[in-house]
Amino acid sequence: MSELAIEAEGLVKRFGETVALDGVDLAVPRGKVLGVLGPNGAGKTTAVRVLATLLRADEGRAVVGGFDVVEQATAVRGLVGLTGQYASVDEDLSGAENLVLIGKLLGLSKAEAKARAAELLERFELTEAATRSVKTYSGGMRRRADLAASLVGRPEVLYLDEPTTGLDPHSRNEVWATVRGLVDEGVTVLLTTQYLEEADQLADLITVIDHGKVIANGTPNDLKRRTGSQTLQVRPSLAADLAAVAEILRQLTGVEPITNTESGLLSTPVDNPVLLSTVVRRLDEAGITADELALRLPSLDEVFLTLTGKTAKVDKVTEGSPA
Amino acid sequence: MTAPAAHTIGPVQAVRHGLVLAGRSITKIRKTPASLLDVTLQPIMFLLLFVYLFGGAIAGSSDEYLQMLLPGLMVQNIAFASLGTGMALSTDISKGVFDRFRAMPIARSAPLVGAVLGDVVRFVVTLAVLITFAVVLGFRVQTDPVRFLIAVALMILFGLCLCWVSVFVGMLVKSPQAVPGTLTAFILPLTFGSNVFVPADTLPGWLRVWVDVNPVTHLTTAARGLLLGGEWAGNAAIAFVWGLGIVAVFFPLALRAYRRRVG
Repeated sequence: MSELAIEAEGLVKRFGETVALDGVDLAVPRGKVLGVLGPNGAGKTTAVRVLATLLRADEGRAVVGGFDVVEQATAVRGLVGLTGQYASVDEDLSGAENLVLIGKLLGLSKAEAKARAAELLERFELTEAATRSVKTYSGGMRRRADLAASLVGRPEVLYLDEPTTGLDPHSRNEVWATVRGLVDEGVTVLLTTQYLEEADQLADLITVIDHGKVIANGTPNDLKRRTGSQTLQVRPSLAADLAAVAEILRQLTGVEPITNTESGLLSTPVDNPVLLSTVVRRLDEAGITADELALRLPSLDEVFLTLTGKTAKVDKVTEGSPA
Repeated sequence: MTAPAAHTIGPVQAVRHGLVLAGRSITKIRKTPASLLDVTLQPIMFLLLFVYLFGGAIAGSSDEYLQMLLPGLMVQNIAFASLGTGMALSTDISKGVFDRFRAMPIARSAPLVGAVLGDVVRFVVTLAVLITFAVVLGFRVQTDPVRFLIAVALMILFGLCLCWVSVFVGMLVKSPQAVPGTLTAFILPLTFGSNVFVPADTLPGWLRVWVDVNPVTHLTTAARGLLLGGEWAGNAAIAFVWGLGIVAVFFPLALRAYRRRVG
């Protein structure tokens, strides 16, 4: 058996004029979490659909669990679970009915399917809502039901397509905890996300894609080293001070800060959090007051800016037309 | 997986998957009984309209016409009930749960087979409403319960065959709203171009040619034999062969259209 649970080489997928995937390589070692990071329309969902056998790539090949996604699609389907923006549960059925249905389709007897459903409903805190139509579920409950549905068959490989988009922080943390639990059980996870924080929290490896191309690959630490582990943001009270503050930041970090003249916000990647106190002292010495002064993780925009020199363009066309 | 990953799916498995998904369709019907409104109101409307509008003119009296008409109306209502399959599937397929089915190690045809088999419920309901209402108006089965049940079984079988035309159109036409219009163009000549409403010997020669080959004519004749007395087996056999032919042509077409539709 290969060391890689998922291996894709040179995936190309076009929808008419739009090139959704433009030669994407992905590799996920067994039992690891790969975070596929990119803005809307980068091709993340298309890549997941190809790996889940829902879509056939125009070029390239992909192997999941040792099986080719085109030639041995049924075997691949037997190994993977899919949760995402598209694969979901039946709104008209209850949570329990959905899980029992999936269990039966996977060959469980009625009793086994019911037992498995009860176990998953319990695990995802849906026992009380088990007999209610999924239509009546909140966003977080729905996502949990989706996740439960993809786990009925105890998949070896799990695809999570933007699993926390649109969730409140509490539900998001729950999803994260579940993913960590599954990884502890040895499940290989491929997770797409628009949030650097999510990839940082969950992923062993991160692949950044944009416009259908891989633009960076590595561990979260590699990526942070390249983009600065944190971002320092300063908003001087007076717009007239922008240039002076920019000069102070440039002296301290050695790079030109990004200036947003509209919002009057300066931001720059920093590796050393101690820098914050130095900045405070220097601003004080210069007699400049700031409305906002903060250290935070870089946003996806900043990662893209560092990696590509351009801001991430939100291109809705690609992601919206996977059918 | 709980079971070792299967690399191919055999026909027995495929049928089992279809049956499980038929269970899903039936659960959905149970939860939204309003989805049966068409197959409940339609037979009542057809019965009242045809019996009292045409009865006097065609058969001399509504009572006599009712006896002749009901077996054919069973066929007609079944045909119209099959319209719903393609429309419902066309709506259903755009939902996320279909992606889940397609990402599972189940037969490709299972969601379609499930939708068709689930519609047995609609056929049973439409026949039950039609026959009950007809009995209230004065219709009487002249034969025995066994032959009555054979007639009902033939109707349902024929409906299951016609469903594949409905599924094919449902997969081919992109918008669910366009499905009934397209299918009506197919079902109207099929049901009215038959001996359901008028005796075939009153028709002009060219129409007679179509009416004589039309499976609806054969099924209607068989049903009259089964419910009112007379020969039925020969016509039932011809209708059955027609049904098999429809499935042989439209099942592969529907599956292909489904594959294209979902990419």
